Amino acid sequence: MSSREKAQVLDETGLDRALTRIAHEIVEQAGGGEDIVLVGIKTRGVTLAERIAAKITAIESTKPAVGALDITLYRDDLGLKAEQPVVRSTEITFPIKGRTVVLVDDVLFTGRTIRAAMDALMDLGRPRTIRLAVLVDRGHRELPIRPDYVGKNLPTSRRETVAVLLREHDGVDRVVIQEE
Amino acid sequence: MGWKRKDLLGMQDLETAEITDVLDTALSMKEIAAREIKKVPTLRGKTIVNLFYESSTRTRTSFEIAGKWLSADVINFSASGSSAEKGESLLDTARNIEAMSPDVVVVRHKASGAPALLARHLRCSVVNAGDGAHEHPTQALLDLLTIREKKGHLEGLNVTIVGDVTHSRVARSDIFGMRKMGITVTVAGPPTLIPPQCHELGVKVSHRLEEAIAHADVIMMLRLQHERMQGGFIPSIREYSRVWGLTLAKLAPCRADVLIMHPGPVNRGVELAPEVADSSYSVILDQVANGVAVRMAVLYLLAGSKGA
Repeated sequence: MSSREKAQVLDETGLDRALTRIAHEIVEQAGGGEDIVLVGIKTRGVTLAERIAAKITAIESTKPAVGALDITLYRDDLGLKAEQPVVRSTEITFPIKGRTVVLVDDVLFTGRTIRAAMDALMDLGRPRTIRLAVLVDRGHRELPIRPDYVGKNLPTSRRETVAVLLREHDGVDRVVIQEE
Repeated sequence: MGWKRKDLLGMQDLETAEITDVLDTALSMKEIAAREIKKVPTLRGKTIVNLFYESSTRTRTSFEIAGKWLSADVINFSASGSSAEKGESLLDTARNIEAMSPDVVVVRHKASGAPALLARHLRCSVVNAGDGAHEHPTQALLDLLTIREKKGHLEGLNVTIVGDVTHSRVARSDIFGMRKMGITVTVAGPPTLIPPQCHELGVKVSHRLEEAIAHADVIMMLRLQHERMQGGFIPSIREYSRVWGLTLAKLAPCRADVLIMHPGPVNRGVELAPEVADSSYSVILDQVANGVAVRMAVLYLLAGSKGA
């Protein structure tokens, strides 16, 4: 299965600007940065969460805690796939009880990952609020889930895929639409 | 990568990549044990039957906790006080259990090959939790996980297994698993308790404890079953303990970072001096904790295979 690149949606500068804006919106809505923790959904959500945390540090001079969440054990399609997805570790070393947790993911699509992530978070404690930050919202929701902070709204067809490429994993910062 | 097996019957069948898969998955599962609420919904609606024809506390409890933390329903079936005592055959019991639609059957039996027989006849997944003197794969996997965790790697390590290798399914599974992971294995014990063809498993054989443990990264002490004395394999428990029991004095010339392991239950004062079992070298309780994580990983991987 080869996929063809159709269009570039964000370049390095655009991606960085989107994250800067998200960081400002998070701080503004929280009325400061003290209570906020960021939880990235593995794998690229964690990288994005760390970048947003660095930007919040620059604005507020307090660094929000960053955790990593693996949602594999909370998926709703286990046993439906040909083989079991790989389970990775959840690393959330701070209590989330009573905190404002901002979930961070790269692409919001059906909403099922976010449903699983919210269930996983609830098992770790009772946050005061959960908010959702995504770099790209590509539509086609199957669950009633809405992001609070969006880097880019991107209307797509179901045949297309959105690839978020990040320096840490892919050597380059860009977002592209691909078609099979 | 990617688990394809319906059953887990022994380490002999497993590929290196599959072993690594289980260990990696188990490592992720460990985080759940550290939580305040130790439960994830992964195996909701799945049924696991523990079918134990031999008494076991640790292994059965470990599988039970593993299943429950993954939200499966776990049913324990022990041979005493059941239809097995009334003369029902293993296969008939298993077929009856299968009629209740379990997803995984975990079986321990005194006959080698009993789990393999069940696996051939049942549609659900079968896990070998110890069969005769054959294999005990989840024990070997938890041993490997513990060693990898403490040493950071497996390849190139020296492991010495001491004691009754002949009757030990743990030793067999450990040897198969460790050889596949690039570990050099030495077995040591009185000649009556070391199988004569042992070197064919790719292990070194030693009949002197001090020599066998001198360069070991890990010393695995096996439990001495008391019935071995009645069987004439050893002159007396005291003499076995004096020659083959591990004491702090015998450990003194060994590596400073040596790990002491034991599959349990420990005969204190026989194969292990109490001060060794409780020393900082001992990782026996880490093994038990890792046992739950490994069994969670195995149940997770099997439940996703098409057999379940």
